[in-house]
Amino acid sequence: MNLAATLRVALLALRINKMRSALTMLGIIIGVAAVIVMIAVGNGAQARVEEQIKSLGSNIIMVLSGSVTSGGARGGSGSQPTIFEEDATAMMREIDDIQAAAPTLRASGQVIAGNANWSTTFYGITPEYLEVREWPIAEGRNFETTEMNGSGKVVLIGQTVAENLFGAANPLDQVIRVRKVPLTVVGVLQRKGQSMSGQDQDDTLLMPINTARTRVIGVTQAKSRSVNSIMVKVKDGADMAQAEAHLKELLRQRHRLQPGQDDDFYVRNLSEILQTQEASSKVMALLLAAVASVSLLVGGIGIMNIMLVSVTERTREIGLRMAVGARGRDILTQFLVEAVMLSVIGGLIGIVLGISTALLIAKLAGWPTALSAAAIILAAGFAAIIGIFFGYYPARKASRLLPIDALRYE
Amino acid sequence: MAALIQVDGLAKDYQMGSTLVHALRGVTLDIAAGEFVAVMGPSGSGKSTFMNLLGCLDQPSSGRYRLGEQEVSQLSSDELAQVRNRQIGFVFQHFNLLARTSALDNVTLPLLYNHAPLAERDARAKKRLAQVGLAERMDHHPAQLSGGQQQRVAIARALVCDPQLVLADEPTGALDSHTSIEIMALLQQLNHEGVTIVLVTHEHDIALFASRIISFRDGVVVEDKANVPNDAAALLIKT
Repeated sequence: MNLAATLRVALLALRINKMRSALTMLGIIIGVAAVIVMIAVGNGAQARVEEQIKSLGSNIIMVLSGSVTSGGARGGSGSQPTIFEEDATAMMREIDDIQAAAPTLRASGQVIAGNANWSTTFYGITPEYLEVREWPIAEGRNFETTEMNGSGKVVLIGQTVAENLFGAANPLDQVIRVRKVPLTVVGVLQRKGQSMSGQDQDDTLLMPINTARTRVIGVTQAKSRSVNSIMVKVKDGADMAQAEAHLKELLRQRHRLQPGQDDDFYVRNLSEILQTQEASSKVMALLLAAVASVSLLVGGIGIMNIMLVSVTERTREIGLRMAVGARGRDILTQFLVEAVMLSVIGGLIGIVLGISTALLIAKLAGWPTALSAAAIILAAGFAAIIGIFFGYYPARKASRLLPIDALRYE
Repeated sequence: MAALIQVDGLAKDYQMGSTLVHALRGVTLDIAAGEFVAVMGPSGSGKSTFMNLLGCLDQPSSGRYRLGEQEVSQLSSDELAQVRNRQIGFVFQHFNLLARTSALDNVTLPLLYNHAPLAERDARAKKRLAQVGLAERMDHHPAQLSGGQQQRVAIARALVCDPQLVLADEPTGALDSHTSIEIMALLQQLNHEGVTIVLVTHEHDIALFASRIISFRDGVVVEDKANVPNDAAALLIKT
């Protein structure tokens, strides 16, 4: 029998039992749709987690003042100022993978506006800081270059500080006293929420680094250009580990450390957290796909069940076909094609249903779903394979009937 | 006339539980091309087994069977399928038409296994349906046809591959007497056109339409005689 004739015969056989064919397909339809939806939901969740982590600064390396050993006593992290603004500029100049390096001075204390006061952490920053943190300004403006270089008495405040000092009132152009130094609010930062470690990132106050150094904090004369930390942003797509290695090498050179001598700085990054989160969301997506695959498998068993019933019910038909010249393999092909046709048609309907369900979920429930072509191809391919796999046994059973027994079957 | 069928010591044993049943105990006979043979006998006489062996639906336990130029008792099941397709047409007692399938598609069925192209399949099937007088009812399903019409569709199906031999197993068993005679008239007409027909029946008056009557009992041939056939077409005009 040629292919066109085989397909025609199979289609005819399926049409004769419309209801049964539809119910059999239902298993495959649900299975394929479930796989597509589950993978879409899993991928969507994974993408959202990745996005969140990225917003927290997954491509950021923190360089902290390190310990200095003097007379056998090893100081803790930050006990001695060992990194400088110049280290940051050198990093940007010498390491290609680094997009920006923002040196910061940090201190904390009471800030006062009018009759309100609030205890917060404040930072002295350079223009790179907001770029590194990807932190836009909600109201007002950024520092101007003259204010940056000339220790201008200006300040940017976080949302939490704004709420606590000014309530509902407009904080712009108001004066805040930070350690008795009056600074004018020029802008309010956008809300950033909690950090990975649970700190309120909006409870902060930013001022030009020179202002912090000369007017507010006051740093010892000897190490005048020292900073507490340098926040380094690595370029998108660059290798974090490699950037970190280059950075360490550069700092050791600049600090004239001999081979074998301990680093006088600490380096931290968030990529480990990112990896853990990614791994866990991958496991989640895999789990969803596995659950959906089970329903696809059950659909396949449904096909086998129906095909076995069909072979028994159509034994006389098989006998007749053999009597008029069908060989065993013609019968095998016919039943196999019927099974594959059931699963392929079911698979196609399942794809349509799966895609529309995923889109509907995204729209109605607001869950992020990411449809992937790979998942769709996988589900459809799997459906076809299930048709062949579960169709083969009944088809072989049919093909092995003896014509005389099949014809006489009651 | 050249022998179309030559059987020599044809025997068939069945294992029924623990006992061995000798359904056919060595049959030797020739059937010439163009003959119209009726095979008779009570149930259990071996006539159905003989038919199944002639139709290549079953293989003999021993003995030889030559159909046309070919020794078929040694063929594989695929080769037998081809012999059934090309050289033999079957007509059954219960028609064995595919339900919910048009008369035309039923007649086309053997051609599907003949690798005939679609246009040729349709043309040949239509020609045969016209020959049995059902040109008007090609699109009817078996359930929409009378018993006699269904058997005509079955005969058209048997003829569609242009076989040398038509095997009819109780073709009138499920029909009333008038329709039976109509069917016999059709078979006689085909026989006149040169098709060899072997008919199994247990009704004596049906056997009388054949030109040769072979009687079986207990797995052997007990009588093999020539017969002056009754003319079924003439009988139809009379009634």
